[in-house]
Amino acid sequence: MTKELTCIICPKGCRIKVEYEGNNIISVTGNSCKRGYAYACDEAIDPKRTVTSTMRTVSGKLLPVKTDKPIQKKLIFECMKAINTSKADDDTKIGDIILSGVLGTDVNIVATGPVR
Amino acid sequence: MYDIAIIGAGVTGAMIARKLSAYNLKICVLEKEEDVSMGASMANSGIVHAGFDAVSGTLKAKLNVKGSEMMPQIASELGVPYKNNGSLVVGKGSDDFQTIKELYERGIKNGVKNLQLITSREDLLRIEPNINDDFDCGLYAPTGAIVCPYTLTIQAIGNAMDNGTELKLGFEVKKISCDNGIYSIVSDKETVQAKYVINAAGLFADEIARMAGDDSFKITPRKGEYMLLDKECSSLVTTTVFAVPTKMGKGILVTPTTHGNIILGPTSVDIEDKDNKATTQEGFDIISKQAKERVKNVPFGKTITSFCGLRAVGDTGDFIINSNLPRFINVAAIESPGLSASPAIAEYVADMLADMGIKMTQKADYDPYRKPYNYFTKLTNEEKNELIAKDPDYGKIICRCETVTKGEIKDAMLRNPKPTSIDGIKRRTRASMGRCQGGFCYPHIIEIISEMLNIPYENVTKFGGESFINLGKIKEDV
Amino acid sequence: MKTTDLVIIGGGPAGMSAAVAAYESGVKDILILERDSSLGGILQQCIHNGFGLHKFSEELTGPEYAARYEARVKELKIPYKLNTMVLEINQNKEVTAINSEEGIFTIQAKAIILAMGCRERPKGALNISGTRPSGIFTAGTAQKFVNMMGYMPGKSVVILGSGDIGLIMARRMTLEGAKVKAVCELMPYSGGLERNIEQCLRDFDIPLKLSCTVAEIHGKDRLEGVTIANVDKNRCIIPETKEYIECDTLLLSCGLIPENELTKACGINIDRITNGADVDQNRETSVEGIFACGNVLHVHDLVDNVSEEAETAGKGAAEYILNRKNKSASIRVKTDGKVRYCVPQRITDIGDTTLFFRVSDIYKDVKIIVKDGEKEIFSRKKQKVAPGEMESIMLKGDILTEVDSGEITVGLEKLQ
Repeated sequence: MTKELTCIICPKGCRIKVEYEGNNIISVTGNSCKRGYAYACDEAIDPKRTVTSTMRTVSGKLLPVKTDKPIQKKLIFECMKAINTSKADDDTKIGDIILSGVLGTDVNIVATGPVR
Repeated sequence: MYDIAIIGAGVTGAMIARKLSAYNLKICVLEKEEDVSMGASMANSGIVHAGFDAVSGTLKAKLNVKGSEMMPQIASELGVPYKNNGSLVVGKGSDDFQTIKELYERGIKNGVKNLQLITSREDLLRIEPNINDDFDCGLYAPTGAIVCPYTLTIQAIGNAMDNGTELKLGFEVKKISCDNGIYSIVSDKETVQAKYVINAAGLFADEIARMAGDDSFKITPRKGEYMLLDKECSSLVTTTVFAVPTKMGKGILVTPTTHGNIILGPTSVDIEDKDNKATTQEGFDIISKQAKERVKNVPFGKTITSFCGLRAVGDTGDFIINSNLPRFINVAAIESPGLSASPAIAEYVADMLADMGIKMTQKADYDPYRKPYNYFTKLTNEEKNELIAKDPDYGKIICRCETVTKGEIKDAMLRNPKPTSIDGIKRRTRASMGRCQGGFCYPHIIEIISEMLNIPYENVTKFGGESFINLGKIKEDV
Repeated sequence: MKTTDLVIIGGGPAGMSAAVAAYESGVKDILILERDSSLGGILQQCIHNGFGLHKFSEELTGPEYAARYEARVKELKIPYKLNTMVLEINQNKEVTAINSEEGIFTIQAKAIILAMGCRERPKGALNISGTRPSGIFTAGTAQKFVNMMGYMPGKSVVILGSGDIGLIMARRMTLEGAKVKAVCELMPYSGGLERNIEQCLRDFDIPLKLSCTVAEIHGKDRLEGVTIANVDKNRCIIPETKEYIECDTLLLSCGLIPENELTKACGINIDRITNGADVDQNRETSVEGIFACGNVLHVHDLVDNVSEEAETAGKGAAEYILNRKNKSASIRVKTDGKVRYCVPQRITDIGDTTLFFRVSDIYKDVKIIVKDGEKEIFSRKKQKVAPGEMESIMLKGDILTEVDSGEITVGLEKLQ
């Protein structure tokens, strides 16, 4: 199987071609860096995305959050649901982990800014 | 029970209310919208016409000239932006000059002062340097002026309220009946009783008259589309530049507004639907074509907004100010020059009431003055600092483009007639009226409205009704 | 009158980065004036990731990127005033501002850095016909409602313009439960980054309609729908392609305009293409001692570039304050039209100089060339250039020394 895709790692947006069979990568062409290679491999076999959103705090304020690493693309909306049904503490600081191992993955939800 | 109920809080109803509030009368103004000045009084050219255009002998001609003369005094009493910028009709060739001469003569007959015929391009350019190359004659009316039409309406109603008049917003008249000399005016919410009724319902004046049993006239909406240019373009013209009128009307004018923008328009199309305020591609095309014909280098790229007003056109060619039912006065078909004529219309109606036998004694404590909405900008820095020390909200800029402070918005929200929407605040303070059109300040204005009216943030509207800005909270309602 | 060596107008990424660079170059008496209630500027509402790859070699969200600079500003104890709006600057470098605590006050500065950022093109400027209901927002305003205030401006959305903020908001609204029905782009190509089209639109099956615009707006109180239509080569609507889409919200992502009201009122020369000041390699404007950087100078697509430009301006301002050098050269940088604009517009001191520019259309297989009169002094091949992506080239000082026409032209040539 081959898949052509646009790399989303950096603004360059390289067009990458991945050849693969099942879970095995045969070749990757068109990337211009190592991160692009890794992205292309994932994208062909098991696409992942960083999810960014906000979470309510206990008092109802807003806290910007993100997944600390990309999560399986098919889990994006479930991840949003997990974020939307949780409440962060009002004294959460940037970088704090709010939900660890969200949806049974190794991905954590971390604060990316101050509570507002 | 009121002595007088005025239906419609446009500039006509507002000026009548203000005039009558000087007397010992119990007055109520009924308005179907959530704010005053929501119809043609909001969306028009803001011109105080000199009075050379209206056919001599008509009410339009008589009340235009008189109203224009009264306007500076009234604008000053009410703190309304007004500028005597002069009007200029520009023409080319002998046919145009012939029409211009007719206008000149008609103007003199109508009593317009200081009219000047312009017979050379040099003289034209001395007044207006950006007039296009082939224009060589004109008519200059130094008494022509501009006024902020919605501020005039808001301040006139506010002043009437200061002097005891009541205002009922959201009062859409559904039925009018008369028993034993008392009119009952019915809305879905309540019924108001009054001895006299003044029908100043603009586009809907024919329907109001019909409800009361007077089927003598018909109002047709005439669409007028406008484009508003950024303040950056304010040097384009200083006078109000008119085309030579044709059978098709006065054409597209190019004029400054009292706030320093340039306004282009209006188009002129008769329509059926009294709710149809949609702008059209054809409208843009007509405006740009005609404006370009007369004025050089019109910067259409600096358009900050476009809008449409519906003029209430009657079937007589003149204003319809009459009474066909006892104690029921129609003040209808107040199309152009209605804004200019409005102060004189108010006097005319007061005289009609007096003739009908209503007792009009002057109020001892009548106060004709009103604090302007733009008082803050007029203060010296020392005065501003005193105010900021007293109320720190005057040091907090909410609208960057027009430099409007939180203090001014709060103050506007506390003054009659009280605004409850973003557009209501915009018309009073100019917040969100500038070049970013609210992009930055909407979130903050909504916060202030929510705080002052003690309503949820998501319930704040742009202009009442269902015009909500937000449709719910994230994470909860969606 | 209070005096300060360097006043920086704006505490967003440009202002903070300029402050840090000026401090590190030896100017300690600095004041940042910020109109918002915290530092960070527009980054605070850009909660998505993709910032900082160049500057920090990692992928940060907007607030995280801003936090790094805010921490540095605080660490260096650079003073700043929040909720403070500058009302006026003049050529004597007097800065008049207003806030709740001090009222209206004026500061005499030795140098000023303009870092006010930009604003979005509003609906009025687009001349879309139809009614004027609520429910029409610029993408950035919607972003503020969602990310900062926690409200949902709409549930069923059409987006006009495929600039990055529009694309980002398409995803953001979708994640919060809205249905984004289409993104319409007037041009035959998107103005946004390819990666954003991929992860904001394709990931969620949101259609991107190119050469398409909103022809008419419908609805009395709240937006009820829009008529979209394709446009021809001259960007005129093709009537038979009109299509009605029911929606309660129209987001506009139709370009950004540098906010240069203060600049213009001060009499600083403005570049008619960038809508920002005309500057030299230090980002000094036509008024000596007044510098400009970031989106107020020209609209950037990457905040990393903003920070870098601000460092240049910060260093330039420090040099101006500490040891003013005489201008050693006067080279005007022109463009050929295919290259739409170039910053800096002037070179007043010979040294290695990086030129930043944007092209006016998509061009493939081209050569970026710089000419001194007819003489080619620089060239570089490029597979593809696009208006949405800022390009840069570095001209060596020894090349610039040779320039004798007093003018260089940056342009594109098709590769044979």
